[in-house]
Amino acid sequence: MSNQIITSVLKLGTEEIAKYPFLTEAGNYLKEKGFTLEQFGNDEDLRPIIEIAFQRIETAANGKIFNSDFNVKNLDVEVFSFLVAVILLKQSAMNTLIKRFSLAEARRAEKFLEKDLSDINNKAKEELAIKIIKDLFSMDIHKSDDYFVIPVVDYLKHATHFYEQEWKLVNRLVDNGNVFLTSHETVRLIRKELDNFISSKIHSANIPSIPESFKKSVEALVSLAKKFSVQTVETGESPPCIKHALDVLSKGENLPHSGRFMLATYLLNKGQTIEEIAPLFKNAPDYNEKITLYQLKHLSGVFGSGTKYACPSCDKLKSENLCFAIPECANIINPLQFGRKKIPNA
Amino acid sequence: MLDKDIKFLEESFKKYYFDHFDLIHTHTNPERREFGYQKFNFGMNRHIPIKSDKELHLLLMTNIPSDVYCSNASYLFPNLPMAEKDWQGADLIFDVDAKDLNLPCRINHVCKKCTTCGNVFLQQNECPDCKSTKYETSSALCQNCIAGAKNEIRKLISILTGDLGIKKENIRVYFSGNEGFHVYVSESNYEKLDSRERAELVDYILFKGALPETFGAKKSDFSKSVFSDIDEKGWLGRTSKQVFGSKSNKPKLSKQLISEGYFSFKKKLEDLQKIIGAQIDPNVTIDVHRIFRLAGTINSKSGLSKILCNDLEKFNPGNDACFIDDDKVTILANCPVEFKLKNKKFGPYKKEQVTVPKYAAVYMICKGYATLA
Repeated sequence: MSNQIITSVLKLGTEEIAKYPFLTEAGNYLKEKGFTLEQFGNDEDLRPIIEIAFQRIETAANGKIFNSDFNVKNLDVEVFSFLVAVILLKQSAMNTLIKRFSLAEARRAEKFLEKDLSDINNKAKEELAIKIIKDLFSMDIHKSDDYFVIPVVDYLKHATHFYEQEWKLVNRLVDNGNVFLTSHETVRLIRKELDNFISSKIHSANIPSIPESFKKSVEALVSLAKKFSVQTVETGESPPCIKHALDVLSKGENLPHSGRFMLATYLLNKGQTIEEIAPLFKNAPDYNEKITLYQLKHLSGVFGSGTKYACPSCDKLKSENLCFAIPECANIINPLQFGRKKIPNA
Repeated sequence: MLDKDIKFLEESFKKYYFDHFDLIHTHTNPERREFGYQKFNFGMNRHIPIKSDKELHLLLMTNIPSDVYCSNASYLFPNLPMAEKDWQGADLIFDVDAKDLNLPCRINHVCKKCTTCGNVFLQQNECPDCKSTKYETSSALCQNCIAGAKNEIRKLISILTGDLGIKKENIRVYFSGNEGFHVYVSESNYEKLDSRERAELVDYILFKGALPETFGAKKSDFSKSVFSDIDEKGWLGRTSKQVFGSKSNKPKLSKQLISEGYFSFKKKLEDLQKIIGAQIDPNVTIDVHRIFRLAGTINSKSGLSKILCNDLEKFNPGNDACFIDDDKVTILANCPVEFKLKNKKFGPYKKEQVTVPKYAAVYMICKGYATLA
């Protein structure tokens, strides 16, 4: 759904736009309000907005949420600083900053959505928040008593992005095809999509040219981004699931098909050759050299559909009882990520 | 398998197919499904398009497959390689296999066939004849295992209809033709779920990954925990019912739980997985590109048919899934267990020549317990 449709359907007031500025098109909104980008460079009253926009990005880059002030006089500043920030980010093309900004803005909007959803004295605010969730994220949501109710299917589409156990469906109240959530959980559920939505808005923002007065801030953003770039090194250590699989094979015990698939795809993706991997399976009780080579060639994409198979995710391995997680596995979602260490740029 | 046995099975299967076209139909929307089949001693043929029952019956008659499969997924181009099929969605399918229940009775009916000398034996870890430790296992039909699998199906259906809101009329239960059941959910909004989302659904059904906090436990101060009530929906109620038994027991047992501590409660929840979770095979449900045995066709592991169970409670695979005729056939049987088909007991046979109805001969040859005499 285009934003123009959303904003017209939702009939947003300035306060709503200040809370949810990503519902508007940066360029169009400024034009509609009768401003040009040049004015932000020349006009005494507007010039500070470029600085506020920069601060908004910098705050986000540092992992914090921009401190919003909802006094009526500052609503325009709220909206403009967001829109100018979008322009600056788009111009800088610094993905690290765009990602950090989108996440921080998603978390900021999350706060407002949660407040609006649970505002029992203002039905209109609750309805607007529900509508935003429904329209932006195609989620069928309605209120029942104190709960926000969404279909299991919609819940799973969003919740599978989370790695905290509390988001597992088994830890939710589920009845008759629906999941029952609090307002806090409802908005938390869509954080990632909200983040993606804001980030896609920045990437697709249509900004023809920017005035000279923006260039200094854009350059400052480029050097700010450098601070956050990281390099990774690999320790070379194998994850516990792979160690376990190798251990089972070395003992001549049976490793299930799913375990062999994991081991083969892991090693192939780590750059080992079919000839290096095949002998590992020699100890398997049902070893057949021809079949092993056929399957390894298939997984590596040498023939068949030509697709090189990916190593299964930690989630999938957990379901298959192949995961033997240790503390070092924290924050990884695929065995291939095990042992990667980030080194911040000096 | 010996050539003469393959020839015999193919003739028997062909006759079954010819006589029972009424039981063998394509899946709904056949033009969107991928079909596959296997012949005895050959690999799998996949990516086959079949548009009607007639085409399917023709394939059965011309190829005489040992096993026939159809995808649960629907594709725009089912005959193209996997990457080009254009996946549109897939029925939710659950597999309950008695093998996975590991019931104590299995030691008495899981036979081991030595891959070195072909001898069939029970229980020992090496072949009593040649002392080889390499063997394949196959289980003879066991009423206790089938009853165990039916119990899992009942738990599964209760979760599907109560928690997941799936209409009863959209759930069909099939006997798999060997040791378990396949549960198909069609026309539901779950069809579009991808593998990862299905994995989450699987964990829900298995009651896997449940946190004590979900059921009212307070980790920081466990003595302040207020556990969920018996009449609550979903797992909250089901778990409480299992833990407390009745409402009146709750205060007393809550105190006991609290005295035992958080980690003991956590362990209790893990132990409950096997009791209140429905024991389904996760890999089957997660795989959205799998091809499943087609209903009405024979399972070559047993010679029994995969068949719709209209009344699960009364369903008896030895009677209701055994369709091969009863012409007399003489075989050399080495079957260390007794089994029952069409209300008749067979076995045990110790390397002896016996004359039995064809359905029993087919069963034993498929299981690897006999060869034609």
